[in-house]
Amino acid sequence: MVAEFGYGILAVSFLVAIYSVFAAVYGVTKQSAAWVQSARRSMLLMFPLISIAAAALIYLLVNDHYEVAFVYEVTSRSMPTYLKVTAWWGGQAGSLVFWSWLLAAFTSAVTIRKWDRDIEFLPWVIVVCSTTLIFFLGLVIFYENPFARFWNVIGNIEPHMFAPANATLFTAQDGRGLNPLLRHPGMVIHPPMLYLGFVSFVIPYAFAMAALITGRTDDRWIRLTRRWSLWAWLFLSLGLVLGGRWAYDVLGWGGYWGWDPVEIAAFMPWLTGTAFLHSVMIQEKRGLLKHWNMILVILTYDLVIFGTFLTRSGVLSSVHAFANSPIGPLFMAFVTLTFVASIALVIWRWPSLHSETEMKSMLSREALFLLNNLLFMSVLVVCFWGVIFPLMSELFTGQKVTVGPPFYERATGPLFAALMFLMGVAPLSAWGNSTIQTLGRAMWKSALAATIITVVLFFTYTQNIIALIGFFLIALVLLVTFQEFGRGALARQKTQNENFFVALSRLMGRNRRRYGGYIIHISMMLMAIGILGMEAFQIETQGTLAQGESMKIAEYKVVFDNVASWDNNAQEVNYTRATVKIYKGDQYIGELHPRKDMYFSGQPMSIPGQRSTMRDDLYVLLVDWQPISSTAATFKIFVNPLVNWLWIGSLLFFVGVIFAAWPDRDPAEEPSRATRRVSHTSAAD
Amino acid sequence: MQKTKFILGGLLILAAVAYLIVSSTQASKEYFMTVNEVKAEGAAAVGKSLRLSGAVVGDTIEYDASTLTLTFEVAHVTGDNDEIAAQGGLAAVLKQAAADTTRERVKVVYVGPKPDLLRNEAQAIMTGKIGADGVFQADELLLKCPTKYEQAVPEQAAAQ
Repeated sequence: MVAEFGYGILAVSFLVAIYSVFAAVYGVTKQSAAWVQSARRSMLLMFPLISIAAAALIYLLVNDHYEVAFVYEVTSRSMPTYLKVTAWWGGQAGSLVFWSWLLAAFTSAVTIRKWDRDIEFLPWVIVVCSTTLIFFLGLVIFYENPFARFWNVIGNIEPHMFAPANATLFTAQDGRGLNPLLRHPGMVIHPPMLYLGFVSFVIPYAFAMAALITGRTDDRWIRLTRRWSLWAWLFLSLGLVLGGRWAYDVLGWGGYWGWDPVEIAAFMPWLTGTAFLHSVMIQEKRGLLKHWNMILVILTYDLVIFGTFLTRSGVLSSVHAFANSPIGPLFMAFVTLTFVASIALVIWRWPSLHSETEMKSMLSREALFLLNNLLFMSVLVVCFWGVIFPLMSELFTGQKVTVGPPFYERATGPLFAALMFLMGVAPLSAWGNSTIQTLGRAMWKSALAATIITVVLFFTYTQNIIALIGFFLIALVLLVTFQEFGRGALARQKTQNENFFVALSRLMGRNRRRYGGYIIHISMMLMAIGILGMEAFQIETQGTLAQGESMKIAEYKVVFDNVASWDNNAQEVNYTRATVKIYKGDQYIGELHPRKDMYFSGQPMSIPGQRSTMRDDLYVLLVDWQPISSTAATFKIFVNPLVNWLWIGSLLFFVGVIFAAWPDRDPAEEPSRATRRVSHTSAAD
Repeated sequence: MQKTKFILGGLLILAAVAYLIVSSTQASKEYFMTVNEVKAEGAAAVGKSLRLSGAVVGDTIEYDASTLTLTFEVAHVTGDNDEIAAQGGLAAVLKQAAADTTRERVKVVYVGPKPDLLRNEAQAIMTGKIGADGVFQADELLLKCPTKYEQAVPEQAAAQ
């Protein structure tokens, strides 16, 4: 009953979405506000409708309806209720419903706002969002139906939505259960974060397309969607970081990022999104790069769709691993169609997207922003190349060739270094015109201090050249950014006669985007410290220890104490937990408990014993043990220097984006660039 | 004048990125190969970075815990998805490959902890190089367990 009901509701929402597209287009062509309002109302209906379908799915998941194929695949009786709920996005069919639900929520939120003078955008925003929804709902209804049930067709068990002839409903005793690796809290919230980021980027794209179609190609669409882009970027970034943290805590290979195609698929829209966030500022302030912004938002949208597809279908590893999914070609067709259509719109409106001024100086703020964009795009090209290279080489040479993490590290390293250098220079450059002299005057103190720090590090910490270059750049960016905070606050302190800290907080409050951006830059540098530490200084060792024996790594000594195994029948898992004593030099500093969980289903899970400090992480994995005597065990041990800075940086990053995106006033009330240039009222640069 | 400068700058970046991509590709490319392909290449495959895949033959697994040295043999499995589908899916193909003693096999040596998933009929994907002696020295060992590929349909036996 519930399954048919849920499916029925999905079918209804599919039809409503199709209707809203037609109503919107008809309304525009007939210039009928009533039809556009009808499209708007049907759009508002989407969220409650898909919510009901989602509720039906959750009901089935929570109540062990194992006649439903999706429920059978992702849950089992032993799973706690909250995991049964989150199993919603634990499989492909459910996660497509989840995607649609989020998009419906965001689209409703957008359509419900006061449109006033932007009303001409409305029908086209509806068309773009609805078309995307139609695509995802179509996939769910026709190909990946989470409500399909098992039927016993003459001895064969087959999943179908409706009863085939002569079939009886088949209910499995218990489900297969969510992969234990996915039962980690990080994994419970990582996909929703990523999806929130993915889906929110649809909104800026929809407004961009609306701007192109209506011909209102000024920066209005950018102002309207500025916060959407920021939130999208925040969630996407959090999704990436949480995924990394999950890998570090659960996967037991001592790292957080492996340049896996699926990771890259989520990273690529982040790159274009980051470039977009930067370059829209140039359009707002200087009226430049309009074509470029359109192309970036289109790329981001299509990379989001592409990423959703890659993260779910596994098509890339399919060369050697997974079965092909029937929805692959459909995704590719949709990405190609939307991309070609959007680019065609850009070409059609090309003349009206002309720049309002010219870029005069190579060192002006806008030129450096352009360079920043080019570098982000270069990283994107490197990633894209790495992903498609195996397919290309097979196509052209017949030989299957692939590139691994060393390719990405080697090719992106210099690009990231250049980006960091820009982060140190660009905040000091002026709009319109800068010269080597003006930049040098603004920078020399920070550059000198960074050099001194690097020299000190050379004598006290490391002689690794690449690491030293990295530390120099990090120090430079941090110092320049702090200097910017200080300079602004001091200036305000003088003119407003305020205490330094009052001046600083007011300054930041008045220029949220600018100082939020600087906080984000600082957080990126903290993260860079962690990444550099792992890339340059990670060490590992492994060995088998008898009870009481020890192993040395860096200045740590790890002594094997004991190991014990027990079953947890309720969770259907066997735990094996070792105790090792940790010494730093000769000083006892504590115990660690690396664990190996073996689920009865056969899925193992290695939980490292971690001792985390700002200087380094000691990361001990229990690899093997002798089950009867428990007198010896094999360990793999990593020392991961500075990795904690990565997580601290992520937290600060969160603060920075919230600070920049926090609503202070309705963006519609902000004066546009043209009026502001006349009135000179804004304190923002 | 300014325009030329910008164009030159752009070209310079383009060239740098192209260089980075080409040189990094050259430096780190790995050849996907099946057991048969490695055997067919013979001496030509020695020293190349390879990504070898095959089915683990359970009887050949040996592990020396004191030196952490793991040796086993992998049997040929086709790399063609359509062929795999035609032969009844990956699980069936792996099962067949591990049981078939007439198939080409490659001996693999890996130093490190013994992975839990290493068992008969698992699919092994290894990166490393093959020596002149025909033994594959794996730096990295990735295993996929056949159970993961079971049809997402419950066994009839589970019925009441």
